[in-house]
Amino acid sequence: MPTTQLEVENLHLWRAERHVLRAVSFRLAAGQCLKVTGVNGAGKTTLLRAVAGLAYAEEGTVRWCGQDVRRDLRTFHAAMIYLGHEPALKADLTARENLRYWIGTRNRFAESELDAALARTGANSIADRPVRTLSAGQRRRAALAGVILSGAPLWLLDEPATNLDTAGQALVGSLIAEHVGRGGLVMAVVHHELPGLVTATQLELAA
Amino acid sequence: MTFTWFHRLGSPPYVYGLAQRLAPWCAGSALLLLLAGLWGGLVLAPPDYQQGDGFRIIYVHAPSAWLSLMVYTTMALAAAVGLIWRIKVAHAAAAACAPIGASFTAAALVTGALWGRPMWGTYWQWDPRLTSELILFFLYLGYMGLRASIEDTQRADRASAVLAVVGVVNVPVIHYSVTWWNSLHQAPSVMRLAKPTMATSMLVPLLIMLLAFTLFFVAMLLVRLQAEILRRERASTWIREALKR
Amino acid sequence: MSTPAISDLSPPLLAPGTTRARSTAAAWLALRRDLKLAFRKPAQLVQPLAFFALVTLIFPLAISPELSQLRQVAPGALWAGALLASLLALEFLFRDDAQDGTLEQYVLSGQSLTALIFAKTCAHWLLTGVPLALVTPAAALALGATLDSVPGVLAAVVLGTVTLSLLGAIGAALTLNLKRSSALLSLLTLPLALPVLIFGARAVQQAIAGGSYLAPLEFLAALAVLSVTLAPLAAAAAVRISLE
Repeated sequence: MPTTQLEVENLHLWRAERHVLRAVSFRLAAGQCLKVTGVNGAGKTTLLRAVAGLAYAEEGTVRWCGQDVRRDLRTFHAAMIYLGHEPALKADLTARENLRYWIGTRNRFAESELDAALARTGANSIADRPVRTLSAGQRRRAALAGVILSGAPLWLLDEPATNLDTAGQALVGSLIAEHVGRGGLVMAVVHHELPGLVTATQLELAA
Repeated sequence: MTFTWFHRLGSPPYVYGLAQRLAPWCAGSALLLLLAGLWGGLVLAPPDYQQGDGFRIIYVHAPSAWLSLMVYTTMALAAAVGLIWRIKVAHAAAAACAPIGASFTAAALVTGALWGRPMWGTYWQWDPRLTSELILFFLYLGYMGLRASIEDTQRADRASAVLAVVGVVNVPVIHYSVTWWNSLHQAPSVMRLAKPTMATSMLVPLLIMLLAFTLFFVAMLLVRLQAEILRRERASTWIREALKR
Repeated sequence: MSTPAISDLSPPLLAPGTTRARSTAAAWLALRRDLKLAFRKPAQLVQPLAFFALVTLIFPLAISPELSQLRQVAPGALWAGALLASLLALEFLFRDDAQDGTLEQYVLSGQSLTALIFAKTCAHWLLTGVPLALVTPAAALALGATLDSVPGVLAAVVLGTVTLSLLGAIGAALTLNLKRSSALLSLLTLPLALPVLIFGARAVQQAIAGGSYLAPLEFLAALAVLSVTLAPLAAAAAVRISLE
């Protein structure tokens, strides 16, 4: 039986003439966290998007549980959740409605689970306000609740602590630690050290 | 065997070399056939009993119209191959096809209008074939417009490939709906372009011209494909070696 | 690289207790979401309708107030208006979802993207095509058509806008991330939409003249079936490419 792990082998990606990803390889097993670091323009976000299958890498393979993800992208996508720079929330809907639609297209959940996820990220007090009225940090908290709710074993996070205060940054650190402790996998692009995240392996991308 | 052949056609240096070798032969035979066809069509063929010498424009019009469709089909085919197997050379070929096809379409429209003057007494008649040809011209314009407005070459390739495939599915639909539309509105007195039979002395030059135009298209495609490959592979080392030779 | 501390033997797709939603359920949810969003911003719905009304207003002013004369040009006027109005509405189809990352999440949802895009297009048709179809008979009456023509006009526009929405979805998906894309969107979509115009105008013409409009209506239905089967595939492929 294959183990739950993400293997990235020899990934190359060009943007026009620019060789953005040069032979990136790593292995991420259940219960591990990978921090992707590097200066601006080193291709951190591109790597995350290439792993998720949003950007096409000309060379190299991404394997999930031993299977090339390009053979069955939908199975892989069902097992991962991607949180980009901007949380994909609609300004005209409330945070709760947003999660119902966003995560609802992925998996089923009970209303109590939704409440629990919102409470965990400290977003329950603002859950019924339209996202338009929320601050960037509050939106981020609502989006993180979605990540928990998805139940996906693999988290791909692009600077998850952006716009968050010190307490929020600590929250992201503990969420990741919790997920990893449960046997989840986290790949996160980070700029700053996240408190409570000491066990992570680091992948530094050169410019 | 077939796999290596398929694989080789995906490699830019191989295709570049092949195009370089084949282009002169295609161009040369196209020129010879063109001269033969023109001589047959303009000198040997007798004047038409109804249209006199005016009908001779068919030797340019019909091959252009034929090529306008064939190039679109070729383009869509190349685009589909590029889309499905992610072969860059196929995308380059599709990109090389578009301006050639658009030119043939424009030629068919202009010669059609010029022919219409003696036949209908007006340059433009909403004839089903001319109308379809005009729509085809807009399809080419859309394809080239989309390609031009996407900066990233790969994304431009793939997006325009989807458009080409959608277009080629629609071309017959458009053609039949235009024919249907025309059959409703046509006044019976308008003379049709189609002629049921054609004298052999008129037909043979037409077939020669058809072949000449097709070869001319292949030659143009090979030249444009070389340019397209040069532009796309400008950063790679094999280009420098190929240009030194 | 360190070795894994935990390596369970059977890889779980999802955390315990979580079940994947079915693609049909996901599509239904996507449809409801777009409808809800639209009703929170009704101004966007009214714009294409107002545009359509204005285009039909142009004809009496430009040609003549004589109803007998207007009746002649009514099919063309109505379809030109409908075509342009639905083209105008197309820009709303993917724009917001592309900007805020919703489309990206659809691609990554693990569901059939074709089904989700089809759901979005259905919502778009319900929000623009159906209102347009409901307004068109009124515009036809204003252009000199009789009450008898209403069923024919209504059926033609309902069927025609299905194809227009689906074809437009391909064009909108292809021009997703481009600046100043509206002219290009028209250039891509209009030639493909001409068969709808031809059969639609014929059906309206026959309906106004009191003839049988069944034949062009059948052609319109055939076009709608063809685009329902093929267009979502192309639109989903285009969305994927545009997000790449």
